[in-house]
Amino acid sequence: MKAKNQRLILAGLAIVAIIGAALLAMSALKDQAAYFYTPTDAKRDHVETGRAVRLGGMVQGGSIKRDNDGVTIRFIVTDNVETIPVTFKGIVPDLFKENSGVVAEGKFQPDGSFVADNILAKHDERYMPPQVAGEMHKTESLKK
Amino acid sequence: MPRCVHIFANPARFLSIARPLTPWLGWGGGLMVVAALISGLFVTPPDYLQGESVRIMYVHVPAAWLGMAGWTGIAVASLMQLIWRHPLASVAARAIAVPGALFAAICLISGSIWGRPTWGTWWEWDGRLTSMLVLFFLYLGYVALSSAGSERGANDRISAIFGVIGAINIPVIHYSVLWWRTLHQGQSITMKGSTIDGSILWPLPIATLGFSLLFGAVVLMRMRALLAEAKVEARLRRMSAE
Repeated sequence: MKAKNQRLILAGLAIVAIIGAALLAMSALKDQAAYFYTPTDAKRDHVETGRAVRLGGMVQGGSIKRDNDGVTIRFIVTDNVETIPVTFKGIVPDLFKENSGVVAEGKFQPDGSFVADNILAKHDERYMPPQVAGEMHKTESLKK
Repeated sequence: MPRCVHIFANPARFLSIARPLTPWLGWGGGLMVVAALISGLFVTPPDYLQGESVRIMYVHVPAAWLGMAGWTGIAVASLMQLIWRHPLASVAARAIAVPGALFAAICLISGSIWGRPTWGTWWEWDGRLTSMLVLFFLYLGYVALSSAGSERGANDRISAIFGVIGAINIPVIHYSVLWWRTLHQGQSITMKGSTIDGSILWPLPIATLGFSLLFGAVVLMRMRALLAEAKVEARLRRMSAE
């Protein structure tokens, strides 16, 4: 066999081994590498209270309520299966809106609610100009 | 290996093609980038949620693509070097590393600037952001390793192996938003189409092609410089031996 072909086979074997190892590592990482818990995960895994975690999902429509002190905000995070009530004291990002993605950093409470000390807005992959978005909302509200 | 690749294995023939090609790539890419960025800044509408900050996309997405394409290029060149001992392969890989690192850095910085108003944070350790930062560090490692090797000579094989193994990170970056829940949004542009409205999307392919041509021009220039350097070194060695 020519040395060139021998090297080609060796390199091919090495690449297969590397890819296999990487896939194994990735699938093992799958749960650890998740950036946040969804409400369903959090309820299933019984995340311990008092541990700093992230909770992510959609802000349920019509659930944002502001307390009279002007800084406390309450809303419900949902993944369309489970819901978790969240309390947060502070300033939320501009993109924090009802029916859009959110990641809350904080701790679960013994009563099953979540107290956040930081709120991040999650943007989705849809990009469109305001006119198009406005028309989409109009057609959606017509359907209702 | 197919004959068409072997043709370029000859450095003299490579130079006779690379020299006239460089200005075409450079000027063509530069003009496309300028046109795309002007349209992206003044012609396209803002996004309904992100507002004006959506325009960062016209730099961020091409930079991310080139950062990843650059390492893919390093990996392919490294394989050619390891298997076929292609004389230009290691030169090409070394030439790609610095512009690749630059585009990875541009991607990280522009993304951070976008993240602050959109997400409310400059940086988060989610799967996509972390794997992209790892790519940047891999580039730095590759640059250090390959330049140390070239000074001592004959050590190119280690950086070639590093280039091949580092390519694992490329699919990780790509699939990070699918495999793991991340703060970074999923893919907007897939084989099935795009979830970016056409009125916002259209300068993006122009910018991507433009930056890619510029990248190609820089790589060709660096390859020529590295070849010239090697020639000077060989001549000096011969002179000192005489």
